[in-house]
Amino acid sequence: MLRINSIRKGIVIDHIKPGYGMKIYEYLKLQDANFTVALIMNAISRKYGRKDMIKIENVIDLDLAMLGFIDPKITVNIIEDEVIKEKINLSLPDRIEGVIECKNPRCITSEEREIVHKFVLIDKEKAIYKCEYCDHIYQGR
Amino acid sequence: MLKGRHLIDSQDLTVRELKSIFDLTTEIINRPKDFSYICDGKILGTLFYEPSTRTKFSFEAAMLRLGGKILGFSEPGSSSVSKGENLPDTLRTVGTYADIIALRHPKEGAPRYGAMYSPVPIINAGDGGHQHPTQTLADIYTILQVKERLDNLTIGLCGDLKFGRTVHSLIKAMTRYDNVKLVLISPKELKVPENIKIEVLESKGIEYLEVEKLEDVIDILDVLYMTRVQKERFFNEADYIRLKDSYILDLKKLEPAKEDLAILHPLPRVNEIKMEVDDDKRAYYFQQVKNGMYVRMALIIKLLGVD
Ligand SMILES: [Zn+2]
Repeated sequence: MLRINSIRKGIVIDHIKPGYGMKIYEYLKLQDANFTVALIMNAISRKYGRKDMIKIENVIDLDLAMLGFIDPKITVNIIEDEVIKEKINLSLPDRIEGVIECKNPRCITSEEREIVHKFVLIDKEKAIYKCEYCDHIYQGR
Repeated sequence: MLKGRHLIDSQDLTVRELKSIFDLTTEIINRPKDFSYICDGKILGTLFYEPSTRTKFSFEAAMLRLGGKILGFSEPGSSSVSKGENLPDTLRTVGTYADIIALRHPKEGAPRYGAMYSPVPIINAGDGGHQHPTQTLADIYTILQVKERLDNLTIGLCGDLKFGRTVHSLIKAMTRYDNVKLVLISPKELKVPENIKIEVLESKGIEYLEVEKLEDVIDILDVLYMTRVQKERFFNEADYIRLKDSYILDLKKLEPAKEDLAILHPLPRVNEIKMEVDDDKRAYYFQQVKNGMYVRMALIIKLLGVD
């Protein structure tokens, strides 16, 4: 099996649904990072069969709010001195901008160039968002 | 303070702000001469990205009766919009000429988007199947005029509740008053959208009933709000033909209704209210049209801050 060394300090984003690792990598703009990043795809997981993982070295202050929206099963561990210092509980972000698109074919977002898709959380339990422009529902999970 | 604000969604106005608009509306109706120069030197821009002669006339008549002037277009084909100009640029441009803008757009959410860029107040004059808040002002003012109250009412909404923007705006606004019950009468294909159910009816714990037939509930209603089943809202012709006659109000259907029922309709109608109903004392839809102009007058005054 491919081995990736454990990190001394940084973030481990684990239990990502297979195939979603790249999406998160792109969302966090890790391709532009000036620190070491490992994207591991299709790793074997005791819990879920297969999973993706991202290890980020030396950085611990990334904005991870969106991860809870992408997949609430994702776990995030902050590593310092090679031990888990903090497990972050992911919650749904109150607002989402420029990540998901409104599915209402009559929405203004379907017509205007360069418009930023914006959503507001209206039901935390059910993970329901609405489009800020047309109020159309977006089911988060 | 309403000066400088936009009106995009009927919930943008608090109950108190609505009352201030209605009080001013009553003053205008009682003493129209006192207001005939109040907007002297002001310009209303009417940007109608889809034709709606009725709403456009109502806005224009309102501004002219206040002594203001108007400019605008009623079809984008005749303007730079047809050359592909985006909405923010159009509004920023027109906002340098006009003091206030009424925006009608076939796309839902266009007024909200436009308001982010407009230097002057935007009034949503109808956006797709989404909202039509100035119609709601006319609707509520008429209910207030007829019923002398806005609480303790059972309101029936009948017809196309899915794409009927006036219905969405009215539900959002009326459910803020005490003990307002809703009876939603529509074919199952044209029920109130989920976002209204989640955000308004369920979150506020509003008592509501969904039924398919007007006959089953007409006797319990204080207000009956009829809407047009619009052909262009249907995805196919067959559905339209099958459903269009299901929700027509005539004198026979009205027999079991309350003596003091108020029948409203945002107009224009096609055939959902038979002309024989027009002479019934419970028909208030022409009064509602007139009120539409007066509430727009009051709104323009408030948003411009010239009162
Ligand atoms: Zn939308």
